[in-house]
Amino acid sequence: MTTTEHDTAGSVAAGNPTSAPVPLTTRKDWSSDQEVRWCPGCGDYSILAAVQLLLPELGVARENTVFVSGIGCAARFPYYMSTYGMHSIHGRAPAIATGLALSRPDLDVWVVSGDGDSLSIGGNHLIHALRRNVDLTILMFNNQIYGLTKGQYSPTSEHGKVTKSTPFGSLDTPFNPLSVAIGAEASFVARTHDMDRKHMTETFRRAHDHKGSAFVEIYQNCNVFNDGAFAEITAKERREEMLVPLVDGQPIRFGPEGSRGVVLDGDARLRIVDVADVGEDALLVHDESRSDPSLAFMLSRLAGGPYEPTPIGVFRAVERPDYSTLVDQQIDEVRARKGDGDLDALLRSGTTWTVE
Amino acid sequence: MTSTVDPGTVHDGPGREVSILNSLIVRFAGDSGDGMQVTGDRFTTGSALFGNDLATLPNFPAEIRAPAGTLAGVSAFQVHIADHDILTPGDAPTVLVAMNPAALRANAADLATGGTVILNSDAFDQRNLTKAGYVSDPRTDGSLTSYRVYEVPMTSLTIEACKPTGAKPRDAERSKNFFALGLVSWLYHRPLDSTVAFVAERYAKNPLVVEANTLALRAGFNFGETAELFESSYEIPPTTLAPGTYTNVTGNTALAWGLIAAARQSGLPLFLGSYPITPASDILHELAKQKHFNIRTFQAEDEIAGVGAALGAAFGGALGVTTTSGPGIDLKSETIGLAVSLELPLVVVDVQRGGPSTGLPTKTEQADLLHAMYGRHGEAPVPIVAAKTPSHCFEAALEAVRIAVTYRTPVYLLSDGYLANGSEPWRLPTSEELPVIDPGFQRETNHVDEDGTARFWPYMRDPETLARPWAVPGTPGLEHRVGGIEKADGSGDISYDPVNHEKMVRLRAARIAGIARTIPLVDVDDPGAASGEKAPLLVLGWGSTYGAITAAVRRARARGLTVAQAHLTHLNPFPSNLGGVVTSYGRVLIPETNLGQLVRLVRADFLVDAVALNKVEGTPFRVGEIERAIVDLLATEGYSEEAGE
Repeated sequence: MTTTEHDTAGSVAAGNPTSAPVPLTTRKDWSSDQEVRWCPGCGDYSILAAVQLLLPELGVARENTVFVSGIGCAARFPYYMSTYGMHSIHGRAPAIATGLALSRPDLDVWVVSGDGDSLSIGGNHLIHALRRNVDLTILMFNNQIYGLTKGQYSPTSEHGKVTKSTPFGSLDTPFNPLSVAIGAEASFVARTHDMDRKHMTETFRRAHDHKGSAFVEIYQNCNVFNDGAFAEITAKERREEMLVPLVDGQPIRFGPEGSRGVVLDGDARLRIVDVADVGEDALLVHDESRSDPSLAFMLSRLAGGPYEPTPIGVFRAVERPDYSTLVDQQIDEVRARKGDGDLDALLRSGTTWTVE
Repeated sequence: MTSTVDPGTVHDGPGREVSILNSLIVRFAGDSGDGMQVTGDRFTTGSALFGNDLATLPNFPAEIRAPAGTLAGVSAFQVHIADHDILTPGDAPTVLVAMNPAALRANAADLATGGTVILNSDAFDQRNLTKAGYVSDPRTDGSLTSYRVYEVPMTSLTIEACKPTGAKPRDAERSKNFFALGLVSWLYHRPLDSTVAFVAERYAKNPLVVEANTLALRAGFNFGETAELFESSYEIPPTTLAPGTYTNVTGNTALAWGLIAAARQSGLPLFLGSYPITPASDILHELAKQKHFNIRTFQAEDEIAGVGAALGAAFGGALGVTTTSGPGIDLKSETIGLAVSLELPLVVVDVQRGGPSTGLPTKTEQADLLHAMYGRHGEAPVPIVAAKTPSHCFEAALEAVRIAVTYRTPVYLLSDGYLANGSEPWRLPTSEELPVIDPGFQRETNHVDEDGTARFWPYMRDPETLARPWAVPGTPGLEHRVGGIEKADGSGDISYDPVNHEKMVRLRAARIAGIARTIPLVDVDDPGAASGEKAPLLVLGWGSTYGAITAAVRRARARGLTVAQAHLTHLNPFPSNLGGVVTSYGRVLIPETNLGQLVRLVRADFLVDAVALNKVEGTPFRVGEIERAIVDLLATEGYSEEAGE
């Protein structure tokens, strides 16, 4: 490169036309050469597989894909992807990814995080990324425990959790991650779990296709420090009874042959009923694009914990302009009004005087 | 450096003299809501346009509007103007304009003996005197006898002058700062035109305010001319400055413009991640205005997100910058450590203020040097560049970006509250004069495996600079992962190998130390050098002490003492000749507005018994303070003023 011909990040992007057909790829193309070092049996393996299997289907290029993570077991994720990636600092991935997404709206930016990373040390960055609607796909692995530091309770651990740091039981009220996300103005909120590859894949696909911040909570089993935390609802034989699939435009029902369902009570509360008792027409019809977030919020709190019937799927998917688009629009508007910046004119924009 | 009256006075009409002054230090003081900053700023601009050299020192409280009439609410603006090259806003004002008793009480002690006090007599009622803590009226109790005091009923004269506008007295009264400005402008022969134009533009949305301010300004000017109160008016002839186009610039503006210039010179889009904090916020404000330079300013949710977003942008190939002050820098430390590990360009601007903790938010201090140097866990070297004058912030910003981009490293750019808000005339460069900064993005793989596979190794270093390649997302074939865990030399894979860790720690240190090869040698101004006999004393400084040190050294030389001076812009690494310089002088004096930070580095690095001169009052050094220290130190070495060299 010569010194007169300046390189810019923009020209780097321009040099790689996204319109060109992306070659067909397989999972192997999206896997790095690094040995995966999660504990044997960890739920993270199936999440990694779901993502690596999905990406070849999305028609995106590896070089335009970036995974950004914080700290924790989940945060090792970028090392296993053959994309661009950054393993950053605890809790800060949404902030770092925001800077990347704003300066490079041409990229596909994913954030991989855990419950401690996202909701404890990084809670502030998460809620602000969501309210700004930065174009990020945020995967939050929720195992309700601190794994990497070997088993302390997390902000999503149930009240009374006995761990090394809480030998007499934790006293904190846990966060409900989806309630937090909906309260933070998230435009896309979903939940899936590590025992169902197909459900994960479809949920991730929807999240990826969403323009703006997409927040996905993944119930993930930590088989070393919190084994079976979600078994009551995710074990194969329990799913039919305990998982409530949300399908846009469809009545919310679950159980054997859809025998159970969700109704909105007269006292403005959601209640689980036997369909036979209330009739199909009484069931609440799921509307993920409803602009008012109240019903999505109520659905996020239908279960008191992963031991009661728990909705999974897309809770909320509304369209509003993503932050990068707004930032770029504003720059374009100012450029149109003022013309491109001229440094010499800027330096002389105040009062000047000339000495001969 | 009080004003001196040239004996050659001329008459200006019957009985009125015009005296020629070489310099003048005016301080405007009033309530926070009285408009003292704008008054000072206009007097400064008028003087700049007149051709004087100048330096300014705003001084305002941290509270937005402290209770009116109290000492806590006093806001002041000091400007030093001269017919010659000056370096500081001046030690002691020769003229104090006091809009109320609190302004007088808070500032009278600073006034030079024999100085002039112009006070708004309307504000000197019992209530205001009590609020200011005066037991008796200073105008009559003899406490002002060493000054020339002029009492002017500014409030009532302003209300009277504004009558034609129909403004209510309570509103008209708010123009009294322009009355004061008009009066002082008459007294010191400052033209009013630029201020009249300024008022028309600034308050264009409110014609009543334009009219009132303009009437008050002219009334003040005319009052000086007709009131027979002043025996004389004064003229400060223009300075002989180098030819060129000048503007008066504050440090924060110059710094923001320097970043814009650096973005242009590197071809990188500028991304600023920042969180509002005094006194750094004006850099964010200035850059937010300049979006047509393709600048993205991101007001983050906190300091951590500000620097995090800047680092994320840098990973994407932007010029990532974050700006902060005081406690903001503590919060950014972890991310700066990550940037050290990632080896990505990042500029961290620290506009230093009084600490610890919230400390003195609006006051200046140089106490973050050791934090910038060492304030991270682990061995985490970061280059440091420090601006020395308000206009030098422009050049310093370009230099910080050059180092960051060339060496793929976070760089600390240190300014401080004094530089940030102070101003001076700046001979404007043209864009053609500016250095080009080459980001040199990586385009191709740089390693071949044993089996012949071409790979990209993100930690393969340039043999010259030891910098690693900057390969940004979007570049096919160079996909790679970086992170805070220790990396294997070359491949960048995670490595916990102890030998590799030591190698990487040493490589990172060597890379930063190697920057010294590209920075200028420290220049020593030693009047003894010509005769082959070095001065017995070197005064060494860094950052914003430049003006006061230089003025003090000039005064010491005028007393017949031989003193050498050197000033540092690069604090890490030091210029490569610094060790040789400091060890070649018998004594080294290091003035700093902290408790001795550069002096520790110099003593530790070069085993020199340097002497510290420290001040932590939230204000810059007075020239006299450094001058005294020079004289005293030389006296202990047996050099007296008479003995000279």
